[in-house]
Amino acid sequence: MSEYKAPLRDMHFVLQELAGLAEIAKLPGCEEINAELVDQILEESAKFASGVLSPLNKPADKEGSKWDKGSVTTPKGFKEAYRQFVEGGWNALQAPAEHGGQGLPKIVSTPVVEMWKSANLSFSLVTMLTAGAVEALILRGTEQQKEQYLPKMIEGSWTGTMNLTEPQAGSDLGLVRTRAVREGDHYRVSGQKIFITYGEHDLAENIVHLVLGRVEGAPEGVRGISLFLVPKFLVNADGSLGQRNEVQCASIEHKLGIHASPTAVLVYENAVGYLVGEENRGLEYMFIMMNLARFAVGMEGLAIAERAYQQALAYAKERVQSRDVAGGGKAVTIIHHPDVRRMLMSMKSQTEAMRALGYVVAAAVDKSLRHPDKDERARNQAFVDLMIPIVKGWFTETGIEVASTGIQVHGGMGFIEETGAAQHLRDARITTIYEGTTGIQANDLIGRKIAREGGATAKQVITVMRAVEADLGKAAGEDMAATREAFSAALTAAEDCVSWMVITYGSDIKAAHAGAVPFLKLMGIVCGGWQMARAALVARQRLSEGKGDKSFYEAKIKTARFYADHVLTQAPALRNTIVHGAAGVMALAEEQF
Amino acid sequence: MKILVAVKRVVDFNVKVRVRADGSGVETANVKMSMNPFDEIAVEESIRLKEAGIATEIVVVSCGVQACQETLRTALALGADRAILVETEVELQPLAVAKLLRAIVQKESPQLVILGKQAIDDDCNQTGQMLAALLGWSQGTFASKVKISDRKAEVTREVDGGLETISITMPAVVTTDLRLNEPRYVTLPNIMKAKKKHMEVLKPDALGVDVTPRLKTLKVEEPPKRKAGARVHDARALVAKLRNEAKVIA
Repeated sequence: MSEYKAPLRDMHFVLQELAGLAEIAKLPGCEEINAELVDQILEESAKFASGVLSPLNKPADKEGSKWDKGSVTTPKGFKEAYRQFVEGGWNALQAPAEHGGQGLPKIVSTPVVEMWKSANLSFSLVTMLTAGAVEALILRGTEQQKEQYLPKMIEGSWTGTMNLTEPQAGSDLGLVRTRAVREGDHYRVSGQKIFITYGEHDLAENIVHLVLGRVEGAPEGVRGISLFLVPKFLVNADGSLGQRNEVQCASIEHKLGIHASPTAVLVYENAVGYLVGEENRGLEYMFIMMNLARFAVGMEGLAIAERAYQQALAYAKERVQSRDVAGGGKAVTIIHHPDVRRMLMSMKSQTEAMRALGYVVAAAVDKSLRHPDKDERARNQAFVDLMIPIVKGWFTETGIEVASTGIQVHGGMGFIEETGAAQHLRDARITTIYEGTTGIQANDLIGRKIAREGGATAKQVITVMRAVEADLGKAAGEDMAATREAFSAALTAAEDCVSWMVITYGSDIKAAHAGAVPFLKLMGIVCGGWQMARAALVARQRLSEGKGDKSFYEAKIKTARFYADHVLTQAPALRNTIVHGAAGVMALAEEQF
Repeated sequence: MKILVAVKRVVDFNVKVRVRADGSGVETANVKMSMNPFDEIAVEESIRLKEAGIATEIVVVSCGVQACQETLRTALALGADRAILVETEVELQPLAVAKLLRAIVQKESPQLVILGKQAIDDDCNQTGQMLAALLGWSQGTFASKVKISDRKAEVTREVDGGLETISITMPAVVTTDLRLNEPRYVTLPNIMKAKKKHMEVLKPDALGVDVTPRLKTLKVEEPPKRKAGARVHDARALVAKLRNEAKVIA
């Protein structure tokens, strides 16, 4: 298996030219940020990702995490890598400076985190979960909780978890049964939680579980759920570790992918827990964090796609098989064959489209939090809210598709585990499921993000895209013209569907839901096309100025053209599926199945 | 003890180098550049000496174009205390660099200068030796182990026949070989701190050094492509080919 090499050239391009790093550097609290610093951070984290995390990816997948009598041992090398990761200060990347973090904006942390996820998805999850728990405590923790837990968690010597799911409560958290009984200044928590990522492991001294449960007498359903902090080891007043708390790891799951990441079943029996925020508002707190957690999982789709592409590309350049279809005596490397090219371009163009959109959304997150102008913050927040289900849903679905195509490029060798291409598909497969399935994302998109506001934000974004289409019309060259044509048709399809969705959501809710996932896909494809179009315009501009890396810019224009002809063209077809497809979806009676 | 470490900005070791179309040199436009790996080992060694309480200050120096500042920032992020760039657009050859470094040594008075044994771009393997000669200092080249004690340096050198250990008097110039150490990963807090460390920029004129090239590059070309091999049926045929065609055995 090839080792991961961070795509620094493309990352640099997207940050500078599409996501507006210079603009973010002007925001309050980002004064230290400049292009040189960001390049240096990316370069050093790339070395760490390639040198430490990537070589562990395959052996750790094979070995997996192991459970024995309540303890979990992570694969060989994970402990040492985690120690190096923490010593390198990388765990503190995103956390605010006032709690001991580096306080870097999202636009900087996003490409760094992408590298960890590409290099070793299983490893990256421990830091993602800790970051989520840190955020919850920053938002709603008491001063004492912040003081006691945050420094260790941000540094990484303690890790965090999110305990939501129970056997009967998956996507529907209203069914959570874990109980909490008040006892003095704390609670006693009892219940069973499943699917807890890094719920038990040997990487850190302590694990801080954030657990959803019900206080005695709380209302039924989602309005009766509270959030508790339950540490594996209780923490003494002086900060040292005390007694082992009553939370046990009953087992870990045997999964299709991310084998190195332990997915725990946790049993709480009168465990000491501390309320985070107020009683009965736990789910609300979860939703505050949900946006960023979903963004992070969306980036996993991009990260796996990048890794799968690198591996398939290396193989295609090396594997000699069959003569060139246009003639010639000797067998050639398979990258010469048009269908292999098509697969590689499909992988490359969609990966670049996702990266561009992902970083643009990251920049909007920064603006939504830090921009001095209130309206500007609100505008960016609305954009982020609209984009989150698209990033989560479309990136992860595309990640699976790209990883699958990666196997196809390898032919039979791709189906063999030793090659390493299969792992990417297995690892990618969870990403459309956890943090809300694609179906859940699509429902969020059509309901809260489109119908509720009459499609206002979506229509504004489409207006911005129409301006890009107009710029494409003014740009010279056949590639730009072809890109414009496909983009224009895709935009018309998106406009139609947004209007249809707004109306249908009110008149025929089942039809709206039946078209939700195709609609999410359409929006993802169009937004990706928007960013590829912008990329092509910048590249054209730089080429006409005679500046920079000619070969990179030319490739960008051709890649955008490929995306237009092969991906954007799916949008009008999806439009028909969305508008007419509901008739078939709900047509059969249950017994006709 | 103060240590001076010299670092060079070179084409990254992962990059497949290409010769410029006009044969005037190697293509460096839009190519990823990094610190010469042997120099990275030199920086690492100096940091280890500081961590061991032997060195008190690490000054890192580079000679070349303005972009060498990036390379110096990396050295600062690794743990050097401050940086000096001798900035020039002129193509620098080993003798010119050695003279510039001599001037810096006279200005900074370090007791030890550490540099890579060679740079991976031109593979000259001259600067350290020239610098020691110009200064009249001891030299320990191709070091795979360095022990500093009491005005002496014990340097284990990688020589053709194996390892040679010498004891040299300080001040000294040491050039690093590959196995001296394994450079650490830069930490995020140190990247942030490095921004605030001092970087001085000097011109060769200010140091009184004439850097005009003494050697002229006539032509740079790609090595000849490797020809396809031939299959032989048995050992006898192989021996015959080696004797008659390749003429490598008698």
